Amino acid sequence: MLWDALTLQLGYNATLVTIGAALLGVSAGVTGTFLYLRKRALVSDAISHATLPGVALAFIVMVALGADGRSLPGLLLGAAVSSWIGLLCVNWLTARTRLAEDAAIGAVLSVFFGFGIVLLTVIQTMTAGRAAGLEGFLLGSTAGMLFNDAVVIAVGGAVTLALVVALRRPMGLVAFDPEFAAASGVNVRRIDLAIMGLALAVTVVGLKVVGLVLIVAMLIIPPVTARFWTDRTDKMAVISGACGGAAAWIGAAISATAPSLPTGPIIVLTSFALFLLSLLLAPNRGLLAVGMRHRRFQRRVHMRQGLLALAQGQPIFERFTLTLLRRAGLAHADGVATEDGKARAAKALRDETRWQVVRADQAFESAAALYDGLRDIETVLTNDQIDEIDRRIGNPKGVAT
Amino acid sequence: MSGTEFVPLSLTPLLIGIFSAVACALPGNFLVLRRQALIGDAISHVVLPGIVVAFLVTGVVAAAPMLLGAAAAAVLSVAMIEAIRRLGGIEPGAAMGLTFTTLFAAGVLLLEQSDTSGVHLDVEHALYGNLESLIWLDAIGWQSLVDPSALAELPVELFRVSMALIGVCAFLWVFWRPLVLSTFDEGFARTLGLRTGSVGLALVIVAAVAAVAAFDAVGSIIVIAMFICPPAAARLMTNRLNIQLGWSVVFAVLSAVLGYVFAGFGPLWFGFDNAVSAAGMIATVSGVILGLAALFGPCRKRLGAPAI
Repeated sequence: MLWDALTLQLGYNATLVTIGAALLGVSAGVTGTFLYLRKRALVSDAISHATLPGVALAFIVMVALGADGRSLPGLLLGAAVSSWIGLLCVNWLTARTRLAEDAAIGAVLSVFFGFGIVLLTVIQTMTAGRAAGLEGFLLGSTAGMLFNDAVVIAVGGAVTLALVVALRRPMGLVAFDPEFAAASGVNVRRIDLAIMGLALAVTVVGLKVVGLVLIVAMLIIPPVTARFWTDRTDKMAVISGACGGAAAWIGAAISATAPSLPTGPIIVLTSFALFLLSLLLAPNRGLLAVGMRHRRFQRRVHMRQGLLALAQGQPIFERFTLTLLRRAGLAHADGVATEDGKARAAKALRDETRWQVVRADQAFESAAALYDGLRDIETVLTNDQIDEIDRRIGNPKGVAT
Repeated sequence: MSGTEFVPLSLTPLLIGIFSAVACALPGNFLVLRRQALIGDAISHVVLPGIVVAFLVTGVVAAAPMLLGAAAAAVLSVAMIEAIRRLGGIEPGAAMGLTFTTLFAAGVLLLEQSDTSGVHLDVEHALYGNLESLIWLDAIGWQSLVDPSALAELPVELFRVSMALIGVCAFLWVFWRPLVLSTFDEGFARTLGLRTGSVGLALVIVAAVAAVAAFDAVGSIIVIAMFICPPAAARLMTNRLNIQLGWSVVFAVLSAVLGYVFAGFGPLWFGFDNAVSAAGMIATVSGVILGLAALFGPCRKRLGAPAI
């Protein structure tokens, strides 16, 4: 069943929804990358909530003009206009008053949403029954998706994607270093508005599929996931798009297998699962990698301290250190050094003395800055330099046994 | 309007609206100053899964388990935001967005999966609340206010919201100094030996409690709006914290009263005969107040910003 859904063999409507959702997921992921890098991820929350009054007003206007109130392009146009106004309000409040951006976002999203709900109740009383389906914009409803709706989503997604590709250079520049961008002639304000405008486009296009509350997730979660895997903007955008697309494809397929699995929430939860996997497994930034790096560092510290203790004939009480030394064949179970251990310990002690010389001498200032108690001195100084230091220290003396 | 009509039908919704607005606006002042305004937004989203899980566990639609579930979900979400932020090195806004959308999605999914068709539990209700339906049927007029048997039939939401309001006031009164210090100068507060981390967490928990109590009565729209709009508007009116708190209470009460009146009677003035959503109207009025404050407030500019 699930396999059928994944390979698009579960009927016309399911196929339509799956393809539409995947396209939306890709464009949301790519657009969200720049939103996230600009540290304005939650602006998407304000944008998405601000669509509601537009949808409602568009419905009222279209009914008043005698047209079908539920035509998707009209509703989406209304949504775009009102969320653009909301976006300008956020920008205006942040720029012209002392309010911080988060307060501006919260104010705009709650007020616009509240006003939208007022309008929804007006619609309910105005044309009882005919407004059915407008609530679908809150949580998305894919059940009654028509071919035209899917075309709107596909075209919208493709156009957004093309715009992102065209604008990726200035957007990345502004995201990382707005001052430099401004100095090199990029209009930061306009590029900022472009990033927001693209997020707005994705939001409006995605309203029908996942609803206005959860479209935020499609803009935020894939970039956060992608950030774990790379440090380069272009790669991050690609990975983010892939994550968004995959989550949407899988989510839509899963939701097609049973009637009580709503598309939007399943897509979001799939996306979150991808995030969790990345959080755990990503190389370098993942929890597993960080934990292993920490463990390795811990071993090196214990090993080093153990060797120094052996060299100075001090008893070792720390159990972990002792285990490490014994496992490396450097000490016996009672903490007495083996022959191998004595040699390594003498070397460690000598390195430590060399470091002391290095840190005391101004001539080695840059090398001394690298001292952290663990670094092998051979990786910092040349053999000639070490020989010179050794001449100052004197010849090796035997380890006391 | 006479007392016989006003007291049973409008007095309790109005009081509940005012109390929840003030209970949310008071901690909102600190959230806005600490740049955590969107915590209110996050909390009001994750309340949904909390309530659904509480319903699935207990099997009944009762207030106590649902409030507990909602509060637990709020605390869980705060912990989750913090964990994701620290473990993943992700900026706070994105961590917040990630957390609340995921939990909200889980809530919607649980709601769809479970058999709640017979119970009054749906997303729309969670959003709009049912302020208009919290009427006091046993009242016959102003004299009911001193009639014990009628008072016993007051909507239970009124008690809950007033308890939340009293709790919020008590918290602010007791912890005023540490709250103010840690809000304005965290480093200084720490040198005095204050545990700024716990103060911050306590503030968020109090906000969550206020949000959950208010949410039960009036829906999440008012909660978000009242956390942010009145304090933000008050912030533009003054430079002193106590005065800001005063303004925020005034704005919250004003939004609640005007919003309720406009929602109930506004459409009549325009010739429609049906009321509109009171929760939505209260949020709208608070937005209008914020807009006016942003245009004309005496302290609307940043200090040192050029006059434009």
